[in-house]
Amino acid sequence: MTGKLRTGKLGRLLLARRGGQSWHWTDIASYAYLALGVLLMFGPVLWLALSSFKTPAALLEFPPSLLPMAQSEVSVPGYPQPQPLFRVTMEDGSVRELAQIRRVGILAQMVDPKEPGQTIRVPADRRIPVRHMALAVENYTDPLTQFDFLRFLRNSLVVTVVATIITLLINSMAAYALSVYEFRGKKLAMLGVIGTLMIPITIILAPVYLVVTKLGFVDSLWAVILPGAATPTGVFLLRQYMLTIPRDLIEAARMDKASEWRIYARIVMPLSMPALAVLAIFSVMWRWNEFLWPLAVLTKTEVHTLPIALNAFQGELQTQWHYLLAMTVVTLLPVALVFAFLQRFITSGIANTGMK
Amino acid sequence: MTDTMRSHGEAARGPSAAVAAVTTGSANTLMRLTDPPMRAVQRLIGAARMPYVFLLPNLVFFGLFVFLPIGINIVFSVTGGTALFPGERPYAGAEHYARLLDCGSYLDAASCREDLFWRGVGNTLTFTVLQMVAMVLFSLVTALVLNRPIRGRGFFRAVYFFPVLLSPVVVALIWKWILQRDGLLNAVLTTAGGEKILFFVDPGWAMFWAVFVSVWAHMGFYTLILLAGLQAIPRDVYEAAEMDGTRPWRVFHRITLPLLWPNLLVVLVLVLIRSVQVFDEVFVLTGGGPGTATLMVVQYIYTTAFANQVQNFGLAGAASVLLGAVLFVLTLIQLFLTRRRAS
Repeated sequence: MTGKLRTGKLGRLLLARRGGQSWHWTDIASYAYLALGVLLMFGPVLWLALSSFKTPAALLEFPPSLLPMAQSEVSVPGYPQPQPLFRVTMEDGSVRELAQIRRVGILAQMVDPKEPGQTIRVPADRRIPVRHMALAVENYTDPLTQFDFLRFLRNSLVVTVVATIITLLINSMAAYALSVYEFRGKKLAMLGVIGTLMIPITIILAPVYLVVTKLGFVDSLWAVILPGAATPTGVFLLRQYMLTIPRDLIEAARMDKASEWRIYARIVMPLSMPALAVLAIFSVMWRWNEFLWPLAVLTKTEVHTLPIALNAFQGELQTQWHYLLAMTVVTLLPVALVFAFLQRFITSGIANTGMK
Repeated sequence: MTDTMRSHGEAARGPSAAVAAVTTGSANTLMRLTDPPMRAVQRLIGAARMPYVFLLPNLVFFGLFVFLPIGINIVFSVTGGTALFPGERPYAGAEHYARLLDCGSYLDAASCREDLFWRGVGNTLTFTVLQMVAMVLFSLVTALVLNRPIRGRGFFRAVYFFPVLLSPVVVALIWKWILQRDGLLNAVLTTAGGEKILFFVDPGWAMFWAVFVSVWAHMGFYTLILLAGLQAIPRDVYEAAEMDGTRPWRVFHRITLPLLWPNLLVVLVLVLIRSVQVFDEVFVLTGGGPGTATLMVVQYIYTTAFANQVQNFGLAGAASVLLGAVLFVLTLIQLFLTRRRAS
């Protein structure tokens, strides 16, 4: 099955494999699989991005064009509005670019923009629209003025930032207590934290809603920020890391009369930065994308976060895909950027902790 | 000791170093504000009791938003009426459980009193089985391919992984746009000479795409776990097999699979736990439809408690307790397996 490919120097350079072995059919199959994967994973997102720049008219086209296109228009002397431009096959077989001024049934009245005086009648099926690439940027700018899109964006940002700060603070405090100290009830506390692993918010929606109501947080962003702030995965991740911090450091600080709080804030926290960064990234992802709980608790439009607003839009704006697609891209963009810069960091974080 | 310190310091470089630099300034101010009161607390209760102070905020959050709700949920499930506050709800005994479990035949959802619940159970089971098979198959194949000596491994790994980070709503909308009546896929189908398919009108297709989209969105995560397992298999095992002239299939069957088994088991259980709770993507993609073809248990609970005209917290509570019991058992299995993997 192994056959050496006879190719030029450049070919050999491109086709060389790690370890310098020759190609095997399984290598070709592997690359084919990966190429298909790139198409299947990136394709849909690329299609979303391209579609989000299309005008509503272009979105209704079937079959759709790959790139965002719009029909070209020319201004014709004597007509106040610009007229659509078509490429027309004339009776004698020649092809001319004409502007359409009126259409009656299967006949179209066209004029040559250079000779506006003369009207030409053409059967409608002999003309093809002249098109050029056009980005419908208004898909992105209109929602800003029409649907208070900035408010949803701000809500999502506030929830993400505040929740992540609280998450880092309270989980690192708990992790510190559970890694550095020996105390009565430590086992029980650990068991309690593990226990919460088994209770996803999906199964306690209504009671958490009650608690949040009694605390007076309904229809405020606190209702989304607080319930998920303490996370067992966060506590464990940080605790595992803090266990590796040498005890001598802490003992030395105690000798210097540092308070326990100072040891936590000034020694343990800075040394736990890598673990804190992993938790911070995860917290940002969780919060930015959270759906079911905000859907249940945020009923007023003005406190909607981006995913909830998107979901509401797709119910209300069935026909307004152009806005919906653009807003989806805006929701996706921050995550894509974070991933582009921290890809290695995120994947190794997941591989080490097994959480997401 | 200095060695360990240095390794911590080195690990802190990279993206987290920037974070550290930004936070240093504000950390100084924070320290000046927080240290005196915390020092006073320590003087008051003694250093030995300080761990309780550190644990307190977390436990308050867990107590308020996890343990208390579990209790309330059980109260909800045995009380009736429409009031939210447990004290205002009349005792109803096992009424809700009886209603949920009242079936002519458990094999036929239509014969049940709460047929929607049982349709949800049935759909969730179908979804879970399909999802487990597809997810394990695709993430295993991808991990095996990525573990080969290929160029650009980091890039390809990232390609499969990035959908994991997308919001489920975004994922669902991306695919809804492709699968709609005049969407990209139907354009491809008609260009190839086929006919348009109304994917969300046909129950079978709706379920297929629900599974497909979930696999698309999450397979990168499981691929990563399996790839880590594959890379932990010592090279010399393979080298020895190669020297003996063992056939590739036999190598996979006798070496790779047994050594990867712990990771594979963790993946299986994680997929199982997450499939049982599936909601977000499917809800946005199909809305549970057509009819009830992709209605899942969690959607039933959500609708019963929040989206219906009459909010039935009792019925939703009882369904949650049943789902919670299933999840509890599954999580115990997962903990047992991860612990065994660690040791």
